[in-house]
Amino acid sequence: MVGGVARGLAGHLSMPVSWVRVVFVVLATIHGLGIPLYAVFWFVVPLGVGGVSEAKEPRDAKSWLAGRRPDRRQIVALVALACGIGTLLDNTNFGAANAYIWPLLLIGLGAALVWRQADNVRRARWVAMSRRKRFWPLARGAAGVLLVGAGVTGFLVVQGSVGHLGTILQAALAVLVGVALIAGPYLVRMAQDLSAERRERIRAQERAEVAAHVHDSVLHTLTLIQRNAENPREVTRLARAQERELRAWLHRPGGNGRDDEPTTLAEAIRRTAAEVEDAHGVPVEVVCVGDCPLDDRLAAQLQAAREAMVNAAKYGGDGGVQVYAEAEEAKVFVSVRDRGPGFDPEAVPADRMGVRESIIGRMRRNGGEARLRSAPGGGTEVELEMERSATI
Amino acid sequence: MTPAAEERRVRVVLVDDHRMFRTGVQAEIGDTESTGVEVVGEAADVDQAVTVVTATRPDVVLLDVHLPIGGGVEVLKRCAPLIADADQPVRFLALSVSDAAEDVIGVIRGGARGYVTKTITGPDLVNSIFRVADGDAVFSPRLAGFVLDAFASSEVSPADEDLDRLTQREREVLRLIARGYAYKEVAKQLFISVKTVESHVSAVLRKLQLSNRHELTRWATARRLV
Repeated sequence: MVGGVARGLAGHLSMPVSWVRVVFVVLATIHGLGIPLYAVFWFVVPLGVGGVSEAKEPRDAKSWLAGRRPDRRQIVALVALACGIGTLLDNTNFGAANAYIWPLLLIGLGAALVWRQADNVRRARWVAMSRRKRFWPLARGAAGVLLVGAGVTGFLVVQGSVGHLGTILQAALAVLVGVALIAGPYLVRMAQDLSAERRERIRAQERAEVAAHVHDSVLHTLTLIQRNAENPREVTRLARAQERELRAWLHRPGGNGRDDEPTTLAEAIRRTAAEVEDAHGVPVEVVCVGDCPLDDRLAAQLQAAREAMVNAAKYGGDGGVQVYAEAEEAKVFVSVRDRGPGFDPEAVPADRMGVRESIIGRMRRNGGEARLRSAPGGGTEVELEMERSATI
Repeated sequence: MTPAAEERRVRVVLVDDHRMFRTGVQAEIGDTESTGVEVVGEAADVDQAVTVVTATRPDVVLLDVHLPIGGGVEVLKRCAPLIADADQPVRFLALSVSDAAEDVIGVIRGGARGYVTKTITGPDLVNSIFRVADGDAVFSPRLAGFVLDAFASSEVSPADEDLDRLTQREREVLRLIARGYAYKEVAKQLFISVKTVESHVSAVLRKLQLSNRHELTRWATARRLV
């Protein structure tokens, strides 16, 4: 819980996390053995190795983001850690070497703090730390340096060379300043070069990604269009599909345009329309007003709307299909219209399952209503109305 | 080809930074004999557009929303005196590949009389041009949907009751337009005249332009994704 070691190990050994934790705790009570073990694992085992299972990663990330202010569990873990260290120190008697223990411990702790920064940098890449978090790595670095410094000084004091401390510090300082003066410009330039290079690399990566996408999608489609030049319907279909995909990609950086199952009405309608468009090569124009989460009844309405779109695409001629969906407070309204020759709803033969069952029947069964009529100015319009569930 | 062309001529300027697109539109609507549309000038960027529009004083400007440096909104801003001209106003019809809400609302609030997408057919475009030339508004289904969404989305009580709310009738008209009805079909459906439909749409356009509901802007930016 402190460093995620137990989880990492659990992932590696494919055991429940709690088991590993229990083992650690038990070990910790026996002469505090678990604590150094934990520390060693924390320090040595590289992050992410041994497969923290992917599903867990967001949670990890969140808990790390959420808190430099450690949550309650982390505090408990830290207290346990402190107790463990206590027992460890109690149980170990180094005799004459005892005097060295504290300085060494301090140095070790400081070094660990500084070195763990590297891990944080890596983690930052996944988590994309927000800016204000920058303070913490700095503070940590400073604390680490301070600890190491104190440890080294303590070491000297214990060794009894206190008298020379002033001189030694002066000499050390002089050497440090000298080295800084000589190597400073190089270091600065190196750092600048490094960041420039990194920027360049990021840019190149971005470019490569765009190129890859354009190649995979747009160029591919253009080739297909050339090959289908004498088939206007197919060309339209290809162009429309590509346009949709490209728009989705442009407007949703990060997503690949083929995201998971839609959860809201507008999304679902757009998805359905896109599928019908792909399948039948007739442009389907969608206008959505408002939005709401999908539930079972709306899913049924969506199915009916899909059936209506398919019908319109099949029999509605080339005039295109216009879909309109509006989520009001009490109900959801969907209309699908085409500009085809239209047909007489009464004259629909009973065996035409499409209209009677899939649209009207389905809506009725789910407590909604479907109306079928010829629109003024030609074409057919299907209106679907469904009450929204009271609980949202 | 056009029902509205009673021997009328409408002078049009095309503003678009893609030469290929200008050529295409010119080919589709530029046949003055059959369409009644006379293309009197073309421009490829903001400066050119302002110069050409000022020099030729067309009836209608077909304005691309995405122009380099400033975009269509900048052209509208700099042509504001011409738009406001009482005797011979220049009217703008926005034309774009973008369906992004912020673009649509942006140009409308900038002073355009309508918004159509570049996928519009030739005859429909000619129709829209005439309609705009007559001082009416042109709403595509998508624009109607945006407007409904924008005006419906708030529970905050409006500051100006007249400007910040759509009337029931206006809502009905917009709803039908969003469903893909042409003005004529809307009129038939609601048992009103085409003129009345036009006046409703113009009223909505005015509200859209003048209402300073900050929700409108906020809504548009929040809906970057379409």
